[in-house]
Amino acid sequence: MSLIENRFNKNLIVTSADYFINWGRANSLWPVSFGLACCAIEMMATGMARYDIARFGAEAFRPSPRQADLMIVAGTITHKMASRVKLIYEQMSEPKYVMAMGSCACSGGPFVKHSYAVLKGADLVIPVDVYIPGCPPRPEALLEGLMKLQKLIRQKSIAKK
Amino acid sequence: MSEKLKLDNRSTSIVKDAASHMAEVVVGEEMLINMGPQHPSTHGVLNKVLKTDGEIISEVFPQIGYLHRGLEKIAEKLNYHQFMPYTDRIDYLAAMNCNLAYAMAIEKLAAIEVPKRAEYIRVIMAELNRIATHLVFMGTMGLETGAWTPIVYGFREREEILDLFEMTCGQRLTYNYMRIGGVSDDLPNGFVDKARKFCDVLEKKLVEYNNLLSYNQIFIDRMAKVGVLPADLAVDYGVTGPALRGSGVKWDLRKNEPYSVYPELEFDIPVGKGELGKVGDAWDRYMVRMREIEQSIRIVRQALDKLPAGDVRAKVGRIFKPAQGEVYVRAENPRGELGFYVVSDGSANPYRLKIRTGSFNNLSAVPPISKGMMISDFVITLGSFDVVLPEIDR
Amino acid sequence: MTANVIFEKLRARFGEGIEFQDNSLLPFIKVRPDSIRKVADILRNNPDLGFDSLMCLTAVDNPANFTIVYFLFSMKHQHKVTLKVETPKDNPNVPTVEKIWSAANWFEREVYDLFGVKFDGHSNLVRIMLPDDWEGYPLRKDYQYPATYRGLPL
Repeated sequence: MSLIENRFNKNLIVTSADYFINWGRANSLWPVSFGLACCAIEMMATGMARYDIARFGAEAFRPSPRQADLMIVAGTITHKMASRVKLIYEQMSEPKYVMAMGSCACSGGPFVKHSYAVLKGADLVIPVDVYIPGCPPRPEALLEGLMKLQKLIRQKSIAKK
Repeated sequence: MSEKLKLDNRSTSIVKDAASHMAEVVVGEEMLINMGPQHPSTHGVLNKVLKTDGEIISEVFPQIGYLHRGLEKIAEKLNYHQFMPYTDRIDYLAAMNCNLAYAMAIEKLAAIEVPKRAEYIRVIMAELNRIATHLVFMGTMGLETGAWTPIVYGFREREEILDLFEMTCGQRLTYNYMRIGGVSDDLPNGFVDKARKFCDVLEKKLVEYNNLLSYNQIFIDRMAKVGVLPADLAVDYGVTGPALRGSGVKWDLRKNEPYSVYPELEFDIPVGKGELGKVGDAWDRYMVRMREIEQSIRIVRQALDKLPAGDVRAKVGRIFKPAQGEVYVRAENPRGELGFYVVSDGSANPYRLKIRTGSFNNLSAVPPISKGMMISDFVITLGSFDVVLPEIDR
Repeated sequence: MTANVIFEKLRARFGEGIEFQDNSLLPFIKVRPDSIRKVADILRNNPDLGFDSLMCLTAVDNPANFTIVYFLFSMKHQHKVTLKVETPKDNPNVPTVEKIWSAANWFEREVYDLFGVKFDGHSNLVRIMLPDDWEGYPLRKDYQYPATYRGLPL
């Protein structure tokens, strides 16, 4: 459900408002500090001095999902954890975006064939916007994923979903 | 008004022994609180169910397994070489050390001789990785006590170590550098000089970190006398590594059960002495790790000086079948003893592979020492054990 | 003290019912399930033996039985020993050593979780790694991976 969907006639033009709102949303993404496994360390490294995710406006890692609009699923999701991941996603406020960081979150990674406990991808429980492969992905890859997400946000409109 | 004032005065006068004092003053209803699996101060996905009365914890029930990936089952389905990348993911902060322990176990099982140069390279890598993970620990311990700066500094120096690893094996976190019978490649040009330079830089920075964090009065007030782990309890629960040494037990597998080329290198084992509080408190566990960084720098320098020429890898078949038998090999990891129990039935895959990790036992010792503690102190206590979840859950 | 000497000492105290296998890589002492607690008690409390640390406890799914393996270590004397206890496959049951080494509590829970071996007298024998409603014991050799868990493909 977007901001003004079904509230006005179909002929309302929202381009400038779209541009302005998307500009704000894309450049101040607040990720929930949500680390599952190995990739979480690379996510932390991305937030630190050398890679400095603050350059792209996404440095405000929030401990509470209610204050965050970006979920970086960094690591292996097991079947025991799957319901908790979904719960955290549902606690986030709209509009919310999900990045699956690393092979495990994308598809199960190296555990996909022989493990009995690993979920085969985060997209089985929550909708994913951007996939970043790698085991783990380099911080540069995470930053590129972030830029792809920003591009995606810029294409959204408040008039339709 | 006057009554309120009195209450306020009382609450400000409670400083250090708040736990015992408040237990006398207020007796309320006990409640269960879930701390985790997603919590700002967790080390990964660990759920602690706390039975509390207000701020005072009466019992802790750790719920683990949120990252149980079934590595032991995976090992049975793969051959010996193929399992090496999975050992990186046992303890991703110290992947080189895990590689080393696994390689040692299989080499003992299959009676493979490792070239001397490879042994030295392995020790250099393992010690550099130990420094890297202890730097992360310093940062997260700072975060736990409310200091943001140390983690930025810790990661800055850690990146230098990752640069060294990256020029050697091309990875930043999960290296898969060691092989059964040696290491995958020789050191690249310029590694030795760069590593020496790094040791010099880090030595100076350590003084800075100690001034900034270790001997900071606020930090000491939060850490000293908190989460005291007595030595006999630690041994009973199988606690190993810096957590055991923090309790004053001089026990390090690199000295007590020497492996690789550690007997040829000189270093000391720092132990907790209770300088600022009691022996075995959180500050002791923290300081043991900081002093271990100094010793690791010493080891790396000596190993770089003594580095012999020669091969870096023994000839081992792609698929090899060790004779029937079983071994238990353990190595000193940054988080305690990492043991591999490998059973071979003569085929190309292990029949059974059990991974005994330091964090698993270290975490099991947290509940008995957390009784009567405040929730904020519990965060410090847990942080000072420096557990890593995939190591617990495997 | 080597495993051999420890075994001789143990046999002097304990008599028959235990046997020694001098496997070159990992020598071990085989104990019957009903006497494991007594043996463990002697190993821990005899001042000459003084095994104060349980390094590791695990199980192996052998074709004929489940073997529980105990790796013991003495911090004081710096010697170690391995114990093995065999239990039948149809009703795996071993007395707990939780009262003797606290470390055994979690180790035994893990073995129960992944192998389905029951430890008599354990204070809290519930699953530790897998969710409570998980079916089967994954580290058994005949374990069949279920198709789904709570509607999610496995």
